[in-house]
Amino acid sequence: MKLLELLGYFNYWVFAIVLTVGLYAVISKANLIKKLIGLSIFQSAVFLMYITMDKVEGGTAPIIQAGVEDQVFSNPLPQVLILTAIVVGVSTLALGLAMVVRIKESYGTIEENEILDAD
Amino acid sequence: MDLLAHLPALQVIIPMLSAPLVVLLQPRGLAWAGATAAALVTFAIACALTIAVLDGQTLGYEMGGWPAPYGIVLTLDAFSCIMLLIVSGASSVALLAAKPSVDQQIENDRQPLFYAAWLLALSGLAGIVVAGDAFNIFVFMEISSLASYILIAGGPDRRALPAVFKYLIMGTIGATFYLIGVGLIYMMTGTLNLADMQARIGDVTDINPILVAAGFITIGLALKAAVFPLHVWVPNAYTHAPHMVTVFLAACATKVSLYVLIRFDYMIFQTKLVGHDMQFALFLMPMAILGILIASAVAIFEGHLKRLLASSSIAQIGYILMGASFLSVAGLSASGAHLFNHALAKGGLFLAVACLAYQYRDLRLSQLGGASARMPWTCGAMVVCGLSLVGVPGTAGFISKWLLISAALQSGPWGWALVAVILVSSLMAVVYVWRIVEALYFRAPVATDTSYSEAPWQLLLFTGLIALLNIYFGIFPQVPVELANKAAVLLVESTK
Repeated sequence: MKLLELLGYFNYWVFAIVLTVGLYAVISKANLIKKLIGLSIFQSAVFLMYITMDKVEGGTAPIIQAGVEDQVFSNPLPQVLILTAIVVGVSTLALGLAMVVRIKESYGTIEENEILDAD
Repeated sequence: MDLLAHLPALQVIIPMLSAPLVVLLQPRGLAWAGATAAALVTFAIACALTIAVLDGQTLGYEMGGWPAPYGIVLTLDAFSCIMLLIVSGASSVALLAAKPSVDQQIENDRQPLFYAAWLLALSGLAGIVVAGDAFNIFVFMEISSLASYILIAGGPDRRALPAVFKYLIMGTIGATFYLIGVGLIYMMTGTLNLADMQARIGDVTDINPILVAAGFITIGLALKAAVFPLHVWVPNAYTHAPHMVTVFLAACATKVSLYVLIRFDYMIFQTKLVGHDMQFALFLMPMAILGILIASAVAIFEGHLKRLLASSSIAQIGYILMGASFLSVAGLSASGAHLFNHALAKGGLFLAVACLAYQYRDLRLSQLGGASARMPWTCGAMVVCGLSLVGVPGTAGFISKWLLISAALQSGPWGWALVAVILVSSLMAVVYVWRIVEALYFRAPVATDTSYSEAPWQLLLFTGLIALLNIYFGIFPQVPVELANKAAVLLVESTK
């Protein structure tokens, strides 16, 4: 029973693991592109959490139809929220990559320790 | 429908819509004028809203006419008004003064883009302050952060780039933590509207997810607000940013996150959780004390003028947090007043730095010897703002330190220890401000070149104006103190 309960939270386990993996990459990698990849993984984990919480068992898309009653709907709001958050994540990633390009132009490297040594 | 009703929305919309227009204004003078006009209109709106709020109203605005828990609402009370005044005021003054400094630091063809990013940052910060629901705060936070990354990286100093990269990573982690927290609260309460959330959070039976959410939100916002152990992105970002950007961001960017943190802790988490007696403010108190002492000590040994002031900013964030962690009306009023007064003092100091930087390329203290003879007005303004930072009677900084000390004395048996912390750190502030004064006034000039003269009148005028305001609000502190007091009463009532 205990095991089933744990498995019932499968998506949340994945969320927690992906979140930590992403955060670990951000902290441990010295390469700036790898850091950004880690940041993206970190953010994707949150998308998963939001998508998971809106799902209602047996729920469908929230469209009201004539003649159909007692229909169970999934909550559409978290999906809308996370669409916005995905846009934010993409812009952050784009800006981060642009910064890496400029760092490469002016320092000639994208390794964090070499950049620190350069100044 | 009268115009006043739409002002809370216009506050955000005007700078946001002006940003793409400013990009189109190619001659650089026009781009500056457009951006400044938009910022001044925002400031005028903030003043109008403050007058309305001082009458005792709490203003609300329903986006698209959708009613409160379903639609997106903007709310404005006294606490938001303090922040709105700081954000729009700092941005207006910095933009008015900015032209000579920006012309010197940023290439002509990129200036319209620079001003557009500035307006987006302003719009995002104003949006955070007026937003009435948790998710919009996240969106506006990211708008302002993305714009400020661009602003900081916009200058000629290549060291700004790794600094921005660090800020981007830490800022995004902070914002994502906040998003996780909001998601968990939404999961348990089914609402994103702050007022609705406040009402429903007491009904939640399983408080564990809420506690986790509180942890994520507190840490995420503390990262954004540069609360002590999470402040590492601040010194480099402030030091290597274009000088006018430092004026703008140092005066308001971290404070806005702190504002959201205080609002969340008081309205949502503080005493609403049945069966949980840990106060989140008490968790923040040790960080505040450590921040005040350690950052002040670091500032004493800093050799670079901008970096010294950045360290001092971290200590000042500690004061604001300390006031908030007393959980009393007196403590929160001190925090509110210090938000305002520190923005004045630090804004003025960084404006004076921008004046100095117009003539001096190297801002290490050792290189600034004899600056007072060449730039007497700039140095005078810097001394006045420095005194305000220390908290000398007659300046704005004294008012908030006084309020903070009296709040500490009322806060219980440990009050004396906290007063000691405040006094010791004020003494440290005397030391680091004295180091600046010594370098400017008493050290022999380093360079043999004596052609340096005062900064352009535009920069100088507004630096002087802020220095005078530091004295004015030291003698007539009624408006900020009354606002702060109203805000404190509101926040403390919301914990009941």
